[in-house]
Amino acid sequence: MTIALYRIDDRLIHGQVVVGWGQPLNLGFVVLVDDAVRDSPWEQDLYRMGVPPHIEVVFASVAEAARGLPQWEADSRTGILLAGDIATLAALGANSHQIKRINVGGIHHRTGRRERLRYVYLTDAEAAQLRELAARGIEITAQDVPTARPVPVAEFT
Amino acid sequence: MSEPLRGVIVSHSAVAQALRVAVAAITGLDDALVPVSNDGCDSGALTTRLAEAIAGRPAVLFVDLPGGSCLTTSIRLARGKTDVAVVTGVNLAMLLDFVFHRDLSPAEAARRAAEAGGKAIRTPAA
Repeated sequence: MTIALYRIDDRLIHGQVVVGWGQPLNLGFVVLVDDAVRDSPWEQDLYRMGVPPHIEVVFASVAEAARGLPQWEADSRTGILLAGDIATLAALGANSHQIKRINVGGIHHRTGRRERLRYVYLTDAEAAQLRELAARGIEITAQDVPTARPVPVAEFT
Repeated sequence: MSEPLRGVIVSHSAVAQALRVAVAAITGLDDALVPVSNDGCDSGALTTRLAEAIAGRPAVLFVDLPGGSCLTTSIRLARGKTDVAVVTGVNLAMLLDFVFHRDLSPAEAARRAAEAGGKAIRTPAA
């Protein structure tokens, strides 16, 4: 298997990831890429609470994730790589040619953002950043749960 | 007499609101619980909603799942505070117990509610 999903989701590990995607994918591991969480054992314990014991959780900085991608892509289990914002996955993508697809799973309301989909709010700069990643050949769709229609980036940016 | 505890139900979608309505229908007490949904929230927005619901009072946070954004946000907010306690796996039975024991400390009320909620989970013969 491999990393089945490269997901941008500002809630990081939560029900949609562990249950909504985790059940149908028979998820074996989650890589959470976030520099702040990587440096906080307390935050890591908090995120582990939401994950069944049979699913491994790896906490990585952006730099560690760039180095670890080949190993995770070759893993016999199915994995999800999670980032909390576009910038993190863009930075990871800039250092790796492994990322072919990005799933926008949840970017919620904040000052300066406007609603693009029920679960996707973006500033104009963030929308442009997604289009730029798509122009580099990465397939980008928005899809909160597996049963929803994957919405192509052109439809929401 | 000190101010009674506030119960804050923290859930996905409309679970919290439905539980609050059910408790009011059963007990007639409609001011003991405050519902908070994580709909449309990142962790920052949910923290704001939760802080507004607690309003600086001693409180017990009743969270739906033992993981995920509702729990992580609740625990971050309760961290280091002795006047806020957290319980997961909220159900109607634990809330019904809580609304009649709001004079306890947050930790004791949380422990008691968790016990009442756990006792309500059974598999009776049909």
